[in-house]
Amino acid sequence: MSEIRRRDPRREWIARNRLHPEHLSVLAEQGVGAASEWLGPNGVVRKNPHAIGFIGPNGVKRIDRSGAQQGGQAAAEGTRAAQDSRRNVIIEAPAFLVAVVPELSGGRLSGHDKDLLGLARHLADADPEHPGAVLAVVFGEHKEDAFGEAGIDRLLHLDDDAYVGFAPEARLAALSAVERELAPRHWLLPDSPLGGADLGRRLALRLGERPATGVWQIEADGEAPLGWRCTARGAAESLDIQRPLPRVALALAECAEPVDETRHAAEPLSLAEAIPSALSRIEDLGQVAVDPAGVALAEAEFIVSGGNGVKDWDGFHHAAKVLGATEGASRVAVDDGFMARDRQVGATGTWVTARVYLAVGISGAIQHLQGIQSCDKVVTINLDPGCDMIKRADLAVIGDSAEILAALVAKVEQQRGGQRDAA
Amino acid sequence: MRPEQQGVEVAVLVSVGRHPITGRARRADQDARGLELALGLERQLPGSRVRLLHAGPRGEESEAALRGYLGMGLDTLTLLEQAEGSDAIPALAEHLAAAPPQLVITGARAERGEGSGLLPYALAERLGWPLVNGLAAVEKVENGVATVLQALPRGQRRRLEVRLPAIVSVDGAAPEARQSAFGPARRAELEATPVVAEPDQELAQWQLSPARKRPKRLKIVKAASARDRFKAAAAKAEGGSGQVLEGVSAEQGAEAILKLIEAEGVLR
Repeated sequence: MSEIRRRDPRREWIARNRLHPEHLSVLAEQGVGAASEWLGPNGVVRKNPHAIGFIGPNGVKRIDRSGAQQGGQAAAEGTRAAQDSRRNVIIEAPAFLVAVVPELSGGRLSGHDKDLLGLARHLADADPEHPGAVLAVVFGEHKEDAFGEAGIDRLLHLDDDAYVGFAPEARLAALSAVERELAPRHWLLPDSPLGGADLGRRLALRLGERPATGVWQIEADGEAPLGWRCTARGAAESLDIQRPLPRVALALAECAEPVDETRHAAEPLSLAEAIPSALSRIEDLGQVAVDPAGVALAEAEFIVSGGNGVKDWDGFHHAAKVLGATEGASRVAVDDGFMARDRQVGATGTWVTARVYLAVGISGAIQHLQGIQSCDKVVTINLDPGCDMIKRADLAVIGDSAEILAALVAKVEQQRGGQRDAA
Repeated sequence: MRPEQQGVEVAVLVSVGRHPITGRARRADQDARGLELALGLERQLPGSRVRLLHAGPRGEESEAALRGYLGMGLDTLTLLEQAEGSDAIPALAEHLAAAPPQLVITGARAERGEGSGLLPYALAERLGWPLVNGLAAVEKVENGVATVLQALPRGQRRRLEVRLPAIVSVDGAAPEARQSAFGPARRAELEATPVVAEPDQELAQWQLSPARKRPKRLKIVKAASARDRFKAAAAKAEGGSGQVLEGVSAEQGAEAILKLIEAEGVLR
């Protein structure tokens, strides 16, 4: 190769011009993604103050001019740290165990579970010299893959048909086996109707403990037997009870901050001895099909809601029936007499918490949008592409509501028919 | 025709409630729902017997509250008289073990005192009976097996079979209690039997205070740079990340909606 260095003034100009759209790619091409100093065309040393420095502890950029730290490298490290800020933590020989039984609603860690795991980490990491490990006991199938991110060191996955559905006796037998073999120092369960509220109380009485229920705060206390005291809600939420933390605690949601700075090992664990099968006196016959119209609007899972844009009300009712959804309405539909007053969604009606809210012909008045604030997914069928509901919706279909609902009904019926044939 | 169903013996454990606003003693909401369930069972299975049981001190206020249950259509209530602040579980367990009913109905948790909801579990553990929580209805009782509906969140129901004798607890999903009639409540009888009870030492040591409002959780922004922090502070709550399908046929629109509904798993 020739010794002559070829210059491309345009590229140099782009490299100097931070605001140029190709700036970053040109820098990367030059291999000086973070060059802080270079020789300019006239032999003058040019400096790029944007490429040096590092991000300080408070998120503010700092430039150390003492020369102790090389600009470019530190900046590169800083960006890497921003991408993966979690610290890996592996606890080889834990001083003790904190057992957590997450509720895993829908097969994933819920917000309540994550708060609870944050609380467990708080208990486990109190003494940095002798850290404890958080053990999660998971029943049945799950879809969760971020157990480590939630702060779990050891994972005991008990997958057996015996734990499916409502099987408190089998689950209790398993937890008793865990207690015999691993003897955790703390047992933490969510005080939620579906998960820990039932199992936790059973477990505590099996262990002969008097559990703290409705715990929402814990603090260190040297005089308590386990070194902690807790504040729990009692007497229908009207009383705060301060007491030493017992071995078994049932905590409310938002009892602690979820783990967000560390990543733990979530090492699989298994029990040495087999779990004795418990003779069950309760048999689960499975879920019952409930009439969606009878479900209270505030707690319905799937709502089909109609508004001013609905012209074919028979079709609307039929669609709701076929989809198995609870019916809701906007204020206009109620005022016009198409729907009953108790079906009204919004500020003056019911605040709903549906997982899927299908709004048909509703433009999205602010009062209505308030009422659907806590819905997970909002789907809307609307004629006007500029209305407020479309801004809120996760999926908006612009078109005639009657036609789209009819097509939806046809598809669902076709699918069900197909299933019946296959069966 | 031979009657296939025999009556069951039901004991309903009731407590003195607390009005959430005034703080006055009243019949506890969940216990009243439990009694309503028992009365429904009595109507459903002729020959059933319902008895009421309460353990606690006898005072003017609590008596008025307990008569609230009697006004729902019962003649007597068995009161295990104890001093204030004593543990109700041993007394109740002893009483139930002496004359075991087939079904014990309780509320999920008390409205005064610790209110931890442990009583049904403690009784079940002591008596060795199965326990079902969150009951919504009793469908039938046959050959010592009760078929019941358990309430799940979001209005769902689960059918369970439980062998009797059993303890069941009810919460807000059970049928609403009927009104209490004042005259019958006055005329009905409180059968008080004093029982020896140990004071609840542990409870006496705890500090009880009116509930503080829980602090609202703050949104914590962990941003590496000023730009990120500004973006987090200025961001709107709702991102306009929604998908808008415009100019598509009805079939295509329905397809997209169906896909989303199925992904969420709400279609049954």
